[in-house]
Amino acid sequence: MIEVNRKGEVWVFAEQHNGRLEDTPVELMSKARHLADTLGVKLAALVLGEGVKNLATKLIQYGADKVYLAEHPLLRTYQTNSYAKVIYDLIHKHTPQIVLYGATVAGRDLAPRIASATKAGLTADCTDLQIGDHEVARDKKVHKNLLFQIRPAFGGNIVATIINLDRWPQMATVREGVMPMPEPDGKRKGKIVEEKVTPAKSDLPLEILEEHKREKKVDLKAARIIVAGGAGVGSKDNFRLVWDLANCLGGAPAATRAAVDLGFIDHDHQVGQTGTTVRPSLYIAVGISGAIQHQAGMSQSQKIVAINNDPNAPIFGVAHYKIIGDLNEVVPLMIKSVREKS
Amino acid sequence: MNDDGTVKRSALPAIFNPEDLNALEMALQIKDKFGGHITVITMGLPAASDILRDSLFRGADQAILLTDRRCAASDTLATSYILSCAVKKLDYDIVLCGRQAIDGDTAQVGPQLAEKLGVTQITYVEELTELNGKTVTARRNIGNGFQQVKATLPVLLTVTGDANEPRVAAAKKMMKCKNACTPIEVEQKIKAENPDAEEADVKELAEHKYGELVEKGLLIKQWDLDAVEADLSWCGMSGSPTKVHRIQSVVLAAKESKEIEPNEKAVSDMIHELIADKIIA
Repeated sequence: MIEVNRKGEVWVFAEQHNGRLEDTPVELMSKARHLADTLGVKLAALVLGEGVKNLATKLIQYGADKVYLAEHPLLRTYQTNSYAKVIYDLIHKHTPQIVLYGATVAGRDLAPRIASATKAGLTADCTDLQIGDHEVARDKKVHKNLLFQIRPAFGGNIVATIINLDRWPQMATVREGVMPMPEPDGKRKGKIVEEKVTPAKSDLPLEILEEHKREKKVDLKAARIIVAGGAGVGSKDNFRLVWDLANCLGGAPAATRAAVDLGFIDHDHQVGQTGTTVRPSLYIAVGISGAIQHQAGMSQSQKIVAINNDPNAPIFGVAHYKIIGDLNEVVPLMIKSVREKS
Repeated sequence: MNDDGTVKRSALPAIFNPEDLNALEMALQIKDKFGGHITVITMGLPAASDILRDSLFRGADQAILLTDRRCAASDTLATSYILSCAVKKLDYDIVLCGRQAIDGDTAQVGPQLAEKLGVTQITYVEELTELNGKTVTARRNIGNGFQQVKATLPVLLTVTGDANEPRVAAAKKMMKCKNACTPIEVEQKIKAENPDAEEADVKELAEHKYGELVEKGLLIKQWDLDAVEADLSWCGMSGSPTKVHRIQSVVLAAKESKEIEPNEKAVSDMIHELIADKIIA
């Protein structure tokens, strides 16, 4: 761990694979920018890899004042130990006060390993971050300007704000899709700091025999309009209604976990805690009761229309337009109405 | 919740965390195929003995309850430290953990434990594809695909819910191990049966009972922080850098909402309004 360091920078681990930045750390940049401004310190992004200097320029456009660039052939492909070691060393060299990671597969593999080595705190899967003060009940001592690490817990029924008083850096992973993508600003200026790092062969304990990646069939995060169906849709055949409404609106079809588990649609379309988190302009929930896990993935949509025959369905608690009725009648009416108007 | 915002564990039933069952199943499959000895460790309140008995019913060879009041309020870092002290007391080639717990879903303890043990971690394991005396090959889920990786033993694996279907308890093993219990349970039972007994008598009766259970191989080991030689400054509250600032119940924001009748005119008006608001292009 490092000592409390009020002048320390705010860092974002800018995860990249094959020269492409992951979305989640980029989403994090605007929030991290805000945190750094509130604290009056610099925002730095951290890039590890080989031949990835062009990403540093991009990160400056996304809001970084500084980019620490650690390039080495042994860092070309992500591995837990090599990345953890390099980041551990950089943390101890530059003593940032905050280090943030995307809660991606690699982020959730890496951040706890670093936290353990650093003996510092780490909060998983945050949905919001703020700066605030904390008073210790025992001695009334006030710790100013701490990182509030905000996350749902117990299936989303409570929201916990976690702090780390003195075993810094304050670290958190942040869930995918909960923060809006910043617009790049080509005029922003920043500094690229090339770090000389020396990972060893022994830091690569894994032999990666093969890797298969596939593109998701649908990019829900990019969709302006989403029509999602739940178990209430009833069958895979009937799910056609969801596809039709999505098609005529130029939107993407999506589903709850229940509908995916019932085989109505592929997992790529799943919205919610174990699926994708979305924030479209319009979210139409068809036959969705609205479990808290599903709401966690869609409640930030700009407008929500919910259709359900149960007036007590929790989804109505977050809906702007509530339609209590049979989806088999309402959805065709909506399709008809959209077709007439466009 | 406790006043400090930590979870009041005693108010919750002790359940077998779902992905830990997948981890146990993977261990059992390794044993079926390659042989080996399975030890199940849990850190928790004495009530966690139920989970350990369940593990024995399913086929684990040994169970250890790691329980100590001084473990209370441990965050993931302190928990992984305490677990590492216990694991270091054992001989092992593979440590299996569930990917994450269903209460906190942090998925942090596995990687933190691996770091503390200084072993290679393979997270999000869906399948153990090969194992020999020196190396292990596993398929891990990387979100948008999978990766096949090989590592030299010892390793720590975190296992996902997709890895397997955990077997149920075997009737034979259940018969054999139904009386397995921890020292703390033995003592509680003796006190309940002899409410007026002196402390010293309870102790003597308990010692006698321990002897019987050990002979039958039914005494579940119970370790405290002294037994695992943990440095107390890294345990419990003092060992936990993260603290709770505030806990809020989720109150669904009462939004401005309109009820739309399920008829053609009302639905059409709504669509019209959404177009006027530029929500629908």
